[in-house]
Amino acid sequence: MEVPILKQGGYLIATIQAALSDADLIKLQDALVEQVGKYRSKGVIIDVTALDVMDSFATRTLRSIAHMIKLRGAETVICGIQPEVAFAMVQLGLTLEGISTALDLEEGLALLNKRTREREAARGR
Amino acid sequence: MHFSTSGLESARRHVGDEVRVLIEADSDIVLAREHGRLIGKKIGFSATDLTIIATAISEVARNILVFAKSGEIVIREVSEHGRSGIQITARDNGPGIPDISLAMQEGYSTGKGLGMGLPGSRRLMDEFQVISSAGNGTIVEMKKWVNQNG
Ligand SMILES: Nc1ncnc2c1ncn2[C@@H]1O[C@H](COP(=O)(O)OP(=O)(O)OP(=O)(O)O)[C@@H](O)[C@H]1O
Ligand SMILES: [Mg+2]
Repeated sequence: MEVPILKQGGYLIATIQAALSDADLIKLQDALVEQVGKYRSKGVIIDVTALDVMDSFATRTLRSIAHMIKLRGAETVICGIQPEVAFAMVQLGLTLEGISTALDLEEGLALLNKRTREREAARGR
Repeated sequence: MHFSTSGLESARRHVGDEVRVLIEADSDIVLAREHGRLIGKKIGFSATDLTIIATAISEVARNILVFAKSGEIVIREVSEHGRSGIQITARDNGPGIPDISLAMQEGYSTGKGLGMGLPGSRRLMDEFQVISSAGNGTIVEMKKWVNQNG
C-alpha cells in the first residue's frame, strides 16, 4: 500500500489510506525526505487518519521522518490521530515528543502556515 | 523461566474461531492485526479495545520477525467464568530470551527498538505471560476480557 504524496504550494501532503506495513512506512520516509529537497518544500503534513495502529515501529518511524525533514529545513505536522489510536499509544508508553500534531488536515495546514511565517520572520530579523 | 501476571490457567474453555497467522514477512504483521480485529469484533470488544488488541498483536508479531525471523500468531476466542475474551499466542523457534525480567523492562532492547513492545503490550492486555529461555524459542500468551461495564 503506497502512500500518495500531494504537492500543494510549498507543502507536501502525505495521506495514509490504509494500514501500512513496516516497509511501506520506510518507503514513505524515503519519498518524503527526497521530495522535500526536490521541491524545496517548507512543510510536510502526514495525515494518519486511516492508520489502524500506532505501534512502536510506526511511532519510531514518524519521529525519524519529522527529524529528517527538520534537518532538510522544513516543518512536519502529523494530523488525524484517532482517539482510540491515541489511547493505545499512550498505554503502550509511546509519545510523539517534539512533533507538531493537529486534529485534522485543515488545522494541520493552519499550523504549518503559522510555523513557516514564524520561521520567515525569524530569518528576516 | 516463567513470567506471568495471570493465575487462572484452569477452568478455561475454547470456543468459536481460531486463526493461525504465519509470520514470515512484515505484511504478515498487518494481516495478524486484521484477524485480531475481526475476531475481537465478533467477541464483542469496543472500538478502543479492538485498537488496543491490534496494537499488542503488532508488537509481538514484529518481535517474532525481528528476533526469530519467523513464527506464528494464534488468535482465538476464550471464555471463563461466564466472561468472554480473546487470547493471542505468539510462538517462535528463535533464539529465545535469556533474561525475561530484563526484557520486560521499559527501554530494554537488544535491537534497534525503543524497548517498549513487551512492557507496553503487558499494559494493553489483561493477562500476559512470556515463556522462553535461551535457545528454546519464545511463547508470548496474552488475553483481554470484554469489559462488562461498557
Ligand atoms: N520473540 C523473541 N525472540 C527473542 N527475543 C525476543 C523476542 N521478543 C522480544 N525479545 C527480546 O526482548 C527485548 C525486548 O522486547 P521489546 O519488544 O520490549 O523491545 P524491542 O523489540 O527491542 O523494541 P520495540 O518493541 O520498542 O521496537 C528485545 O530487544 C529482545 O532482546
Ligand atoms: Mg518489540
